[in-house]
Amino acid sequence: MRNTFSEALYEEATKNPDIYIVVSDISPAGSMAKFTTQYPERFINVGVAEQTMIGIAAGLALKGCQPFAYTIATFSLYRPFEMVRDDLCYQNLPVTVVGMGAGVIYSTLGGTHHTQEDIAVAGAIPNMQIVAPCDPLECTEATRWCARQKNGPVYLRIGKAGEPVLTKDAEPWQFGKIRYLRRGSDVCILTYGVITKMAAAVADALQAQGKSVSLVSVHTMKPLDRDGIVGALQRHKQVVVIEEHAPQGGLAAQTKQLAWDAKATCRLDTFTLQDAFIHNYGSYEDLLAAHGLSAGKILAAVA
Amino acid sequence: MEGSRAARARFDASVARARCKRYRRRILDMSQHVSALHIGGAYSCTEIVDCIYNEFMRPGASGGKSPDTFLMSKGHGCMIQYVILEDLGVLSKADLDAYCTPAGRLGTHPDYGNPGIEASTGALGHGLSMVVGMALAERGRRTDGVIYTVLSDGEVQEGSTWEATLMATSLGLTNIVAFVDNNDFQSLGRTSVTHPSFYPLTDKFAAFGWEVIEIDGHDPRAIYEAVTGRSGKKPLMVIAKTTKGKGVSYMENVPMWHYRSPNKEEYAQAIRELEAQP
Repeated sequence: MRNTFSEALYEEATKNPDIYIVVSDISPAGSMAKFTTQYPERFINVGVAEQTMIGIAAGLALKGCQPFAYTIATFSLYRPFEMVRDDLCYQNLPVTVVGMGAGVIYSTLGGTHHTQEDIAVAGAIPNMQIVAPCDPLECTEATRWCARQKNGPVYLRIGKAGEPVLTKDAEPWQFGKIRYLRRGSDVCILTYGVITKMAAAVADALQAQGKSVSLVSVHTMKPLDRDGIVGALQRHKQVVVIEEHAPQGGLAAQTKQLAWDAKATCRLDTFTLQDAFIHNYGSYEDLLAAHGLSAGKILAAVA
Repeated sequence: MEGSRAARARFDASVARARCKRYRRRILDMSQHVSALHIGGAYSCTEIVDCIYNEFMRPGASGGKSPDTFLMSKGHGCMIQYVILEDLGVLSKADLDAYCTPAGRLGTHPDYGNPGIEASTGALGHGLSMVVGMALAERGRRTDGVIYTVLSDGEVQEGSTWEATLMATSLGLTNIVAFVDNNDFQSLGRTSVTHPSFYPLTDKFAAFGWEVIEIDGHDPRAIYEAVTGRSGKKPLMVIAKTTKGKGVSYMENVPMWHYRSPNKEEYAQAIRELEAQP
């Protein structure tokens, strides 16, 4: 996703001289080299200074620019939280805060580098919008949208590198609308972000068992597509939420709220990260498994 | 507001002093309609903010917005900003009359979106980074706008202020004119007691590559000359030695006046003292 993010941002920057990227000692790979070579004055590295990264982005936006602030998700959102809240959200400025490597992708770096509660934290701030693409193609769509929108601040939660393409034949991406990657009638899996790969594996297995399965990318986590999710709850016998986020304030909790409000009668199972700092190290899949998330476990619980 | 050399030579400190007297008086009048306001911190930067608006910022083309920008980083000092914006016709008397009431739009901290307010501040340590971003945008567009700001000395204790201080020179920005309203007070007492080794401030900013000058922050001519005499090769930091509550004897250097409104007797005394000043 990092590569498609930088490719899309570079393309947008060639068309719009007001696009800036302010990074904190981390640079997206790929086309960012072209960006920094061609537009060095619009690529700002603040070093290890995330508070000023957000403040500078706010200052640029106050003068009409369209800035992106970019670093590892924990440092783009948690470290400068009050700047995100006051400078970006209170002033409602069109700045995109990119949280790269969110979730437990940094699987050997420990809890300081895990972003388990970002949707809840960012989603609690008025005016904040949240987009969390599930694959490189959605990342391109989301980045383009962020570069052009003037609504206000966005938290763009992306992965790192090597995510498979899952949306090649899906319906068009639209901000604020859930996106069916496949449509079925028995089970609906709601998910977003990098863990969509695991959700797709669960969907494949359920289909192999003869079930008709919908797989939905809830890429816009705020504002949530309430009608879309209620529709999914009403049209399927069983709904499963799989997310790489704490149980509070994410898709699982919000889907349960919507199900209650809509008096949904479907079966609803949710699978999230634990509300815990786990001191495990290993691969990304190892970390998810340590939190209780694996295709096998989910399948066993929902089948 | 004229930019020519001849106009600059015509700078008249007595005119600035008369304006500042009028602004302090107007703040006093407003204080009688609200239970609390940051009067001490507004009085300490009165001469600075007056000079920024009335001497430094250039008028916009055909009466429009100035090409220069003022961002009040010490948001709690915005009373002085409000009365000057009223004087300049940007805010109305009705706006100031409705200060801190449900009918109005002005509060004790500046709110972006209100006329003449370039950023929402109030939480400290936010302003200078936004100033750096604004200065960067001006440079990116090849425009010559200067970004003016006033920081409090308590605010300079924020780590984020130093991140921005470093960025301004690392980015080679020359279009920033910043003031520290060095009144030596923060909520809980004297800044120089809280952090004795923080002083002299001048050396700190100079070490980060800024052009720095220390002046009497209540001397309009000193303010004027500090800014007009800058080299323009670096961002400028003016360490303005000021007195919290300046102009009213019982407010000066008394922490209670950070946030208190004078009662009727205190108001009358303050008016007498202000009127008696040259």
